[in-house]
Amino acid sequence: MTNEPVVSVRELRVYYGTKRGPVQAVDGVSLDIAAGEVVGLVGESGCGKSTLGRGILGLLPEGASSDGEVIYGGRNIVGMTPKELRRLRGPDLGLIFQEPMTRLNPLMRIEEHFKETLEQHEPSLGDKEIRRRSLETLGRMGIPPTRFSQYPHEFSGGMRQRIMIALAVVLQPKLLIADEPTTSLDVIVEAQILSILADLRRNFGTALLLITHNLGIVAESCDRVAVMYAGKIVEEGPARDVFIDPAHPYTRELLRSTISLETSELHSIPGAPPSLLDPPRGCRFHPRCPSAMWVCATTDPIEKRIDADRRVQCWLHGPEDRIPEGGTAELEREEIAVAEEA
Amino acid sequence: MPKKPDLDVSLAELAVSDGSPSDDSVLVSIRRLKTYYPIRGSFGARILGREAGYVKAVDDVSLDLHKGEVLGLVGESGSGKTTLGRTLLGLVHATEGSVLFEGRDIARMSERELRPLRRDIQIVFQDPHASLNPAMTIEQSVGHPLQIHKVAKGTELKLRVAEALETVGLSPPQQFMEKYPSDLSGGQKQRAVIARAIILNPVLLVADEPVSMLDMSVRAKILELMLELKRELGLTYLYITHDLATAKFFCDRIAILYLGRIVEIGPSEAIYDDPKHPYTQALLRAIPEPDPRRTVPRDLPRGEVPDAARPPLGCSFHPRCPRAFEVCGWESRDLRDLLETRWAHMSEGEYTAERALFEDLDVLDAPATTARLKPAKGSSAAQLLSFFEGLERDDSEEPFWKGVRRMNADGDHVDLAWNDPIDPRLLDVDDVQVECHLYDAEARDVAEKART
Repeated sequence: MTNEPVVSVRELRVYYGTKRGPVQAVDGVSLDIAAGEVVGLVGESGCGKSTLGRGILGLLPEGASSDGEVIYGGRNIVGMTPKELRRLRGPDLGLIFQEPMTRLNPLMRIEEHFKETLEQHEPSLGDKEIRRRSLETLGRMGIPPTRFSQYPHEFSGGMRQRIMIALAVVLQPKLLIADEPTTSLDVIVEAQILSILADLRRNFGTALLLITHNLGIVAESCDRVAVMYAGKIVEEGPARDVFIDPAHPYTRELLRSTISLETSELHSIPGAPPSLLDPPRGCRFHPRCPSAMWVCATTDPIEKRIDADRRVQCWLHGPEDRIPEGGTAELEREEIAVAEEA
Repeated sequence: MPKKPDLDVSLAELAVSDGSPSDDSVLVSIRRLKTYYPIRGSFGARILGREAGYVKAVDDVSLDLHKGEVLGLVGESGSGKTTLGRTLLGLVHATEGSVLFEGRDIARMSERELRPLRRDIQIVFQDPHASLNPAMTIEQSVGHPLQIHKVAKGTELKLRVAEALETVGLSPPQQFMEKYPSDLSGGQKQRAVIARAIILNPVLLVADEPVSMLDMSVRAKILELMLELKRELGLTYLYITHDLATAKFFCDRIAILYLGRIVEIGPSEAIYDDPKHPYTQALLRAIPEPDPRRTVPRDLPRGEVPDAARPPLGCSFHPRCPRAFEVCGWESRDLRDLLETRWAHMSEGEYTAERALFEDLDVLDAPATTARLKPAKGSSAAQLLSFFEGLERDDSEEPFWKGVRRMNADGDHVDLAWNDPIDPRLLDVDDVQVECHLYDAEARDVAEKART
């Protein structure tokens, strides 16, 4: 897909202040998401993928600071006042959380959730129109109109997650960020929810960032994938190409360690993701990388385009003229003990 | 520890043997086990000591666990897999049936009788972050069972803890003994939990989703560790999971649970190569495949796992089953589901028009094989009947209509009747056992008669 991006992230950095110093949760990330496109964001826990999602929406917790650019509608979201941000959320930017069980108000009927949401963001709507829009959106999620005035506890987990999605979608946001939307759900319900998200993008041209640790989901429902490691996007490209022929050793190892029905041999990545308080020098993956070279331990990799729509941050792909002499020699690695594993 | 080299080879045969309790390869023999949870009704009902009903978490399950095997209990949330595991440990009291372990019935034991038994049967829980006491050091946590069971103390306890930590790969142990759970990563914590589980030399380990909270890159390591421990210590595993992909790799035999019942059980290869039950087939189809060259189009069952307090009649899976037929248990609630699913995809105007045909839909909520529907004011029984006939004509593929035995207008009502449900039973089919009418000649006969 080559149309204008709905959102353009450029060199976004997010820091958390902690007692032991600043944590660089997102470190110079750039990413475009186009209308009608589903981008998967994958990585191990603690790699900064949820922080990136929230950073794009300007939804960072207190104590976090960010710089860089998140361009939406010609304006930079980074640095906006809370009031300006509030105006964008809902009709422009939507978020779907994990754990649908805890996000609906148990004392409010489904009807009231919709009324509140729509009145907040589109005050000009009348009651009749609110009802029509709500029922239509719920119907698309497979929730029948007969249940409109029920309370959250009367619904199953999967239905609650559908209601959450409907609440985000009823405002027809241009960009939707779904943070592990199916993690607490069963496989069949998970697949149902994913097909609903696919319909959304098809019917409304919603741009969707799907944050997940499940590579199977990305392979099946995303157009593009961005692989994140220790705060950086180390590889990005069309999901199919990346999964069939991963360019970054981390992507390759992550795919190999995924257990699927086709797995005939177990594989895991030695070691653990580094602490973001004090990440290793050079490429952050080099202590765990089976293909590490000398240069990887000393110098930050440079992002390289390996195809019109693929980029990777790994010295294996050059640029060769930037690698010092002898830099391509194999890096002698210390044995990684189980003690250091994740 | 001696290895058990021959065992794996014979497992496939054992799996299909009838496994009567005299069979000395059987470690645990579960027979007709039922574990029901009472539902508390209103405040008033509670004061009067009345219960509003039961959730049949485990409903008539029979199962043998053979020495040295890994048996997978696979199902979605609400399938009863965790309750079954806990009943085995005596953590939950069985309502009926027996759990024989070394000739003694766990289901009938008092808390005091159970305590020494827990040396032999241990459990690893899903969440490693929640299963370790944050105020105890790893040494204290891992050594705790030795203290509780008064097996060791002082220097000996320390030595045994060090040995256990070494066994699970947390070495050098000195580096971990003084640490607190918060100093450890998820994988390390789960290793510590496993160390605590094996320190009493158990024979059976119940592992309840031991890797599902861990990152992909670590899951394989924990599974490998568990397989290694099984070989070295001669353990038997009951592996409880919702994840058919890890179960395929890990288990010798698989039992698929749905709403408290085993719907299919057999050797892993048979279950994965040729799943028999429509539910097993659906589960396998729903797993996302990371290799884009292998992804297949989905053909998902509708709906979700029903409420276990009010399970469907007949086969519990019938409302979602694409292959259900006459005798699978069609009933009044299925009609309501059919209407609501239809209405969800209609505009408000269309919905209001159709809804206006009915007086009250709540009459359909009590499970029954007959229903008497009253048309709303302004519409007649004949109109309502022709509405139903239209639905059937428009979607004759819908299995629900096979279940309808009679549909007629009676004065100012419409009467509907469904075929009598037949409770499915576990039948031998090829190498597995399946609880599904598709494989039951008698049920098919009855259905055949109902059709004519």
